[in-house]
Order: sequence, then structure tokens, then C-alpha cells
Amino acid sequence: MTDLTFKDFKSDQEVRWCPGCGDHAVLAALQRALPRVSKALDYEKENFVVVSGIGCSSRLPYYMDTYGFHSIHGRATAISTGIKVANPDLAIWQACGDGDALAIGGNHFIHAIRRNVDINIVLFNNQIYGLTKGQYSPTSKLGAITKTSPYGTVEHPFNPGSLVLGAKGTFFARSLDVELKLNEEIMTQAALHKGASVMEMLTNCVIFNDGAHKSLSDPAVRADRTIVLRNGEKMIFGKNRDKGIILDGMSLKAVTIGEDGHTLDEILVHDAHSQYMGVHMMLADMKGPDLPVALGVIRDVEDITYDEGVRNQVEEVTAKSKIHCVDDLLHSGSTWTVE
Amino acid sequence: MQHKVIDTEDVVIRFAGDSGDGMQLTGSLFADTSAIFGNGLSTFPDYPAEIRAPHGTVSGVSGFQVHIGSDNVTTPGDFCDLLVAMNPAALKANAKWCKPTAMILVDDDAFDEAGMKKAGFRTENPFEELKVEDRTLIVAPITSLTLESLKDSGLDQKAMLKCKNMFTLGMACFIYSRPLEYIFSYLERKFAKKHPEVIAPNRKVLSDGFNYAANIQAIPNTYKIEPTPKKKGTYRNITGNQATAWGLLAASEKSGLPLFCGSYPITPATGILEELAIHKSLGAKTVQAEDEIAGICTAIGAAYAGSLAVTTTSGPGLSLKSEALGLAVMTELPLVVVDVQRAGPSTGIPTKTEQTDLNQALYGRNGECPVPVVAAHSPAHCFDAAFEAARIAVEHMTPVMLLSEGFLGNGSEPWLIPSMSDYPEIKPPFAETLPEDGKFKPFERDPQTLVRKWAVPGMKGFEHRVGGLEKNHNGVLSSDPANHELMVRERYEKVLRIADSIPALALDGPAQGELLVVGWGGTYGHILSAVNEVRKSGKEVAFAHFDYIFPVPSNTAEVFSGFKRILVCELNSGQFAAYLRNLYPEMEFVQCNKVQGQPFLVKEIVESINRYIQR
Repeated sequence: MTDLTFKDFKSDQEVRWCPGCGDHAVLAALQRALPRVSKALDYEKENFVVVSGIGCSSRLPYYMDTYGFHSIHGRATAISTGIKVANPDLAIWQACGDGDALAIGGNHFIHAIRRNVDINIVLFNNQIYGLTKGQYSPTSKLGAITKTSPYGTVEHPFNPGSLVLGAKGTFFARSLDVELKLNEEIMTQAALHKGASVMEMLTNCVIFNDGAHKSLSDPAVRADRTIVLRNGEKMIFGKNRDKGIILDGMSLKAVTIGEDGHTLDEILVHDAHSQYMGVHMMLADMKGPDLPVALGVIRDVEDITYDEGVRNQVEEVTAKSKIHCVDDLLHSGSTWTVE
Repeated sequence: MQHKVIDTEDVVIRFAGDSGDGMQLTGSLFADTSAIFGNGLSTFPDYPAEIRAPHGTVSGVSGFQVHIGSDNVTTPGDFCDLLVAMNPAALKANAKWCKPTAMILVDDDAFDEAGMKKAGFRTENPFEELKVEDRTLIVAPITSLTLESLKDSGLDQKAMLKCKNMFTLGMACFIYSRPLEYIFSYLERKFAKKHPEVIAPNRKVLSDGFNYAANIQAIPNTYKIEPTPKKKGTYRNITGNQATAWGLLAASEKSGLPLFCGSYPITPATGILEELAIHKSLGAKTVQAEDEIAGICTAIGAAYAGSLAVTTTSGPGLSLKSEALGLAVMTELPLVVVDVQRAGPSTGIPTKTEQTDLNQALYGRNGECPVPVVAAHSPAHCFDAAFEAARIAVEHMTPVMLLSEGFLGNGSEPWLIPSMSDYPEIKPPFAETLPEDGKFKPFERDPQTLVRKWAVPGMKGFEHRVGGLEKNHNGVLSSDPANHELMVRERYEKVLRIADSIPALALDGPAQGELLVVGWGGTYGHILSAVNEVRKSGKEVAFAHFDYIFPVPSNTAEVFSGFKRILVCELNSGQFAAYLRNLYPEMEFVQCNKVQGQPFLVKEIVESINRYIQR
């Protein structure tokens, strides 16, 4: 097999996102992750298909030198499902935005997760409609002032993590656009996970929603306001690595080790592979000011995938059936002959 | 008692009852028995949208009409020779379909005060009230006879009552000299696994019904419909939806492309998805999608990945698929979209037939968005129509609309089983060699057909991007005005050139004359019968039926030019007529239309033809 590098995944198309847009960094992470993925899973470049819907981030397939399908608004997940079911040997990567996947395409999104189709969904969440120039999205914060909500929105946003886990998702990760290394790591893990992998990338729209994630991404506060979860590791965070997450009754609580009698021993160890959804749900829901926002792979569990299920059923029925060609079919059941 | 046995060429039987009375099954079994007996036949299920509408009411009546003949039969018949009415509501809803010479068989037990009241009768004599008292009335206590027949069966009352349709079927089989063997074997097959205890009771009731009819005096005559010798070969009975599914499987085999169907359940198209879901042993993958849009989008994804992709739906579902259909046009991917039309607009009358989606099929998308349109003209023809739709889609790299109708999808007819060796190979235009610069140009076209090459993921070196945005021949995004106009024209011209690969329009009758009757889709049988009836009266009339609507066969103008007038018959307000007027403004088109959710009656078309023929 070919040793691929990130250059192999760069197309000759000029990248047309605004300077400073968070999408650039996510694209770079993907181009760096795919050579690793191809090595780990023995994929050649022609086995990758990048699918998208409509929106700024959905331009991504044009920038990847792979097979690509830039589809229509909201429908990327359905197109990806069709490609993967038709040919389960392909590796499907999907780029979609918060409006694309969670508003107009919300139905396909939850059903692909419910079915556990083996596709990798990179959800660019900038909490705004960028390509239509600044209307609120289903992830915009309550009260967000945008062109279509001049007095602030009066609707609650989705937390994509809760949505994915609520649909019994088998893989959910979250990260910030600026976390290049972490994103490469998340994408590689998502590729190795069999089933629907959702990677929420908190991206910055420099034009219409600049600084939406600044309270997390600002280097001065990032270590204290976010926690990077890694399977099997203690949930420790903070600039000084002295804070941790403990279970306090039925809820999670952030504590400082060595203060108020809290010890390293009581800090939770992250188990992304646990079938139990409860802690993953609590981790996905963590937010300030009391709790850090969880980054990294929050949930990564095994389950039968839809595409394999469809393929296996075809094989099982074929092995049992007496009908192996259309002539067999045409003569099956009740027939009569005129001599 | 001795019944007079009369030989007859054809009869029409209409079974009607409550929507839980099993009339669809009764009618189908009678039809299948007749098919195996060697008769020509055509069926027409006419049932309400409700699964169990209010018991005993006119709105809950379910009907199944079957027309059987010595020779080929092309329509389910306008009026019936025997009406079976299992309750007063069924009689009320269907009395108008009785010929003056008809027999009416009713279950006397159902004609009690409560039943009469529910059906809305105002007098005590329903036959007089409906003005059918002069027909041959066979009033039989079917319910009590069924209970009597089964009193030692060990079944409970509810289970016994479920068998009364078999009693009726037995009577009908006696009247029309049908053997019971096929029905016996059907009962064995159907119930062997899950309910073996009901096989014997159903057999008994069926035989008892047959014998009862033989013994009563109310039946003056019985009838024989001797099959005329048919073309040699093996036959089967097939419904339109089944034939559609099988035609698609045939195209999959002949193209070497695995079949993928992404669909959402919708009346009356669901049968196709259900049928395809059975045949996994032929490699068919089916996805019951979360909605209509996902149905077509999964299919488009599968087409991109190299499958023979299909999505099946009915009118409202097609509306939802419009945007994605545009994507398939733009990406120039093969896709078959099956629309089993029903009465619209909106939810309309879901179980009733119509041809009102033609405009939607031709024009219902944003931008200039040409989609070839093919139509099936009979239940069995759905097989060839589906095969052709798939052939055109694959060989011309385009989505294709296949129009069927509820009347075709649920209707059935005997079919001389073809051999797959008689069908052509379908050749997908796969990309084979890369140009010198090593870059695959996805929208470079064959100079003759304007068809692009197909490269599917997994093919090394052919990596490329497609999508809904306008591109140039190289597949690079382009909003250049001249390029856009060129691509719009090429996509349209590509579809027009499909006319070079389809059969010529066949003309039935003289090449010149006063009137040419034309139709499309499921009205074929009715128009053919009407034309033949007019000819019997000594008048001259020609007939041409369109299986290919867009593009039309290339000899269409030539065929039309021989006639003074063209009468366009269709189950809408004139959509095909308007389409033809636009194509051939020099011709005079007149119309025969009906928008009642019901097929034409042959006599309606006859009257219309006679209006335009002087001699």
C-alpha cells in the first residue's frame, strides 16, 4: 500500500474560506489525520469519500483530493448513508455545519446515529449561519443577537452532544478548531470506531460570530475552562493540572485537589468505552462557570453497524434462498404452462 | 337442481364488503384461479384509505373487481355481471356498477335493521331503493351458513366469522365454473406455518359455499368462460408493483450493478419497496429511510458509489424529493424515481388512481432541470417500463422518472414469463482511461450522446468531486455565465438524444385519417377497448400510446401529421395534451379527461371518440 502524506489529501483548489475562519484548522487536522487513518485501516486514497451538505464548512470536499460529494442543504447524512450502505468498504467523512446538520438536516442526523451507520461526521459548530451572512442557528445561545434575532433569540439551543447521546450514539467527541493536535487524535479515533462517529468542532466564524467560543479557546483561560478527556485517564484539568471531576451524589463536580479534603483518588477515571450512557451524558452537558467544557472523545462504544447489518443480511438470505437469478425469480411461486 | 350452463366470452365480478371482510383476498383468489384456468383477466382493487373504517358504513366499503375472459382482457370492466355485497353498505356503494342483466349476491344476515340503518337506507327494501330490484337477486344467509358449517370446527365465533368470505368465494366459483384446487393449495401455503388450525375450516366453508350454490334455485344459470388457446409458454399472474420491482432487479442483473432502493412507505407505492426487500438473494439492498428526502438521497449516494439506485414513491413524496432530484440531474448520476400516482393534490385520495403527476414529473424542480419520463401502461408492462427506465438512467447517466399509477400498481394480469436472455445488456459508461494530464474530467461528454463517464469511489486515480453547484467540463466550480448556459443546454440536449435509443411510436390503425386517439400510462387498456368498440361500429380510428413521454419517440411528428385531429385521453385535466400542444403547435388537439380518482370507463372514451368522428 501507498504511504500517504497530508499533501496527498490536498486538492489543487484554492481554499476560499475567510482569513481567520476556524474551518482552515479543521481542514488541516483532517488532512493530517487521514494518512494515519489510511495506514491504520489499510485504505488507499481512492477509498475515501468526503461528503458535505450546504454551508461554509460544506465546501470542504473541494479542498480534499479524494472522491467528494458536495450535496444539498441538510442531506449530507442521507447521502453518506447511501454511499456507505452501497459500498461498506469505503471510508466516509462528512463535513456539515450546525444549521446544516441540526436544523434542516436534523432528521437525517439523528437517524444515521440511531442506525449507527459507519460514517465519520465532522460537525462544524460556529453557532451561526455564515454563508447566508449571519442568522441564528439551532446552536446559537439563548438571547443571541443576529440579523434575524435583532432583539435576541427566544429559543434554547441544541447541545449536539446531548442530541447524539440521546439518539444512543456510539461515538461523540468535541473539540475546538484551534486544537490541531487533539483534533488529529480525535479524527483518528473516530476513524477506528465502527459506527457513526460525531466530532463536534467548535469553530470560530470571524465575520458573523467572532469570539463565540472565545470564553473556551482563549489561551489565557482554556486550560481552566475546558477539560480534555482521554480514555483510562483521570479527569484532571487546569493550568496547574490540579483540578479534577468527581461524582458528587448524582452530579459531577469540579474540585481542586488538595483543597477541602479532596484527593487524587476520588477523581473520576474516564471510561469512554462504558456502555452506560449516564456519565457520558453528564460529561457532554458540562459547562461553565462551575464545570469545564469537555473536549476529547466522550463516548466510544462498540455496536453492530447498519451497513454491516445490511450486508450480512444479503449474504445470509443469499445462502438460504433458492432464487439466484431473475429467471429463477420469474418462475417462482404459482405459474402455469400453456402447451 | 339443474342449472343451465351458458358459454360466455367474458364476465365482470365485483366483490364488495366491509374493509375487514377480506374482499381483496377473495377477489385476488378468484383472479388467480381464473388465471391458472387459462383465462385472460384484469383486476381493479378499489378500497378506502382507512384500514378499518367504521364498520358497516358506505365509506368503509372495500371492493375488488375482476374481469375474466376467454381471450385477453385489457380492462377490469366498466360494469359487473355479478356483484357480491357482504353488507347493505357494500350494496349501496356498488349497485350503480351493476349491468341491467347482473346478478346480485348478498349476505341476508347482514341486512338487519342495524346494518340497513348504518348504510343509510330509508326504506325496508334496499333493492327497490337502489332501483336494482329487477336484477337476479341471490339472497343467501351467508353468515349463519358459515357458522353452521363450522359448528364442529372448534373455532371461536370470531374466527368462524372470518371464514365467511370463503363461503362467498365458493359460491362465485360455482357460478363461474371455477375449480377449487388452486384455492385449497393457497390456503395450505398461507396458513401451514402460523395457523394450521384454520386450513381445514376454510376448505370446508369454501366447499360448502360451492355446494350450497349448486343446490339452491336462486341461481338460474352458471357460466363457462372457456379459455382460448394462448401463446405457448409459462404464465403467471403479476401486479404492477411486483412487476416494477422485478423489472428493476432484471436491470440490475443485466447491468451488473447491485440494486439499491432507498424509500419511505407511501400508498400506493409501498408494495415495490416491500417486494425488493424480499429479494436480497439477488443482491438488492433496501433502506427504509427516515423520510422521502432521505429515500432519494440515500439512493443518490448509492448511485455515486456505483449501484443501480432507485427510490419509489407517490405524488406527495415526489414533491418532497424535488430538490434532491435536481441534485441528481446536476451531478448526472443514474437514478430511477418511481412515482405510483394517486389522486392529489396534497394527501388527496391516497388509495385512488390518477395521472395527475405528469406536470410534476416533467417540470417540478427549480432551474432548468430535465428528467426523462417513462410510463408503464399495464400491470405486467411495469416490468419492461422499469427495465427501460433503469437502462436509460444507467446508459445516459441521468435520473429517470418512471410513472406508474395506483390502478397499475395494485392491479394484476396474467403474464407470459419472458426469458432474461431476450433482454439486452445494460452498459454502464464507466470511465476506463485517464487523460494525459492524469486528471479525470467528470463532465466531459461523449460527442454523440453527450453522456459523461462514470467513475465510482474505489477507482484509483479517478478521484473527483461532484455536487449541486454548477461546474465546467473538468468538474471545477464555475459561475461563468457562458459555461452555465452551455451546461444547461448540454444537460437538456443529452436527454433529448435519448430519443435515438428508444422504440418508435407504434401506430394501431391507418396512417391517415380524421382522428388519432393517444394516451399514456395506465389508460392503455381502456383506450384500446374503446377504439376496438368504435371500430366494431364501422368507424375508422387510429390509436397510439406513449410509453416514452420525455423525450417522445422521434417519429411522433410524422405519426401525428397524418391526422386531422388528435384526441388525448388521460386521467387529469389535460397535462399531456398541454405538453403535446407545446411540442406540436401546428396540430389540433382535443381532450378526453377524468379526474375522479377512478379509471376511465370504456364507454366514456367511446363517447368522446364518437364526438369527433363524423363517419
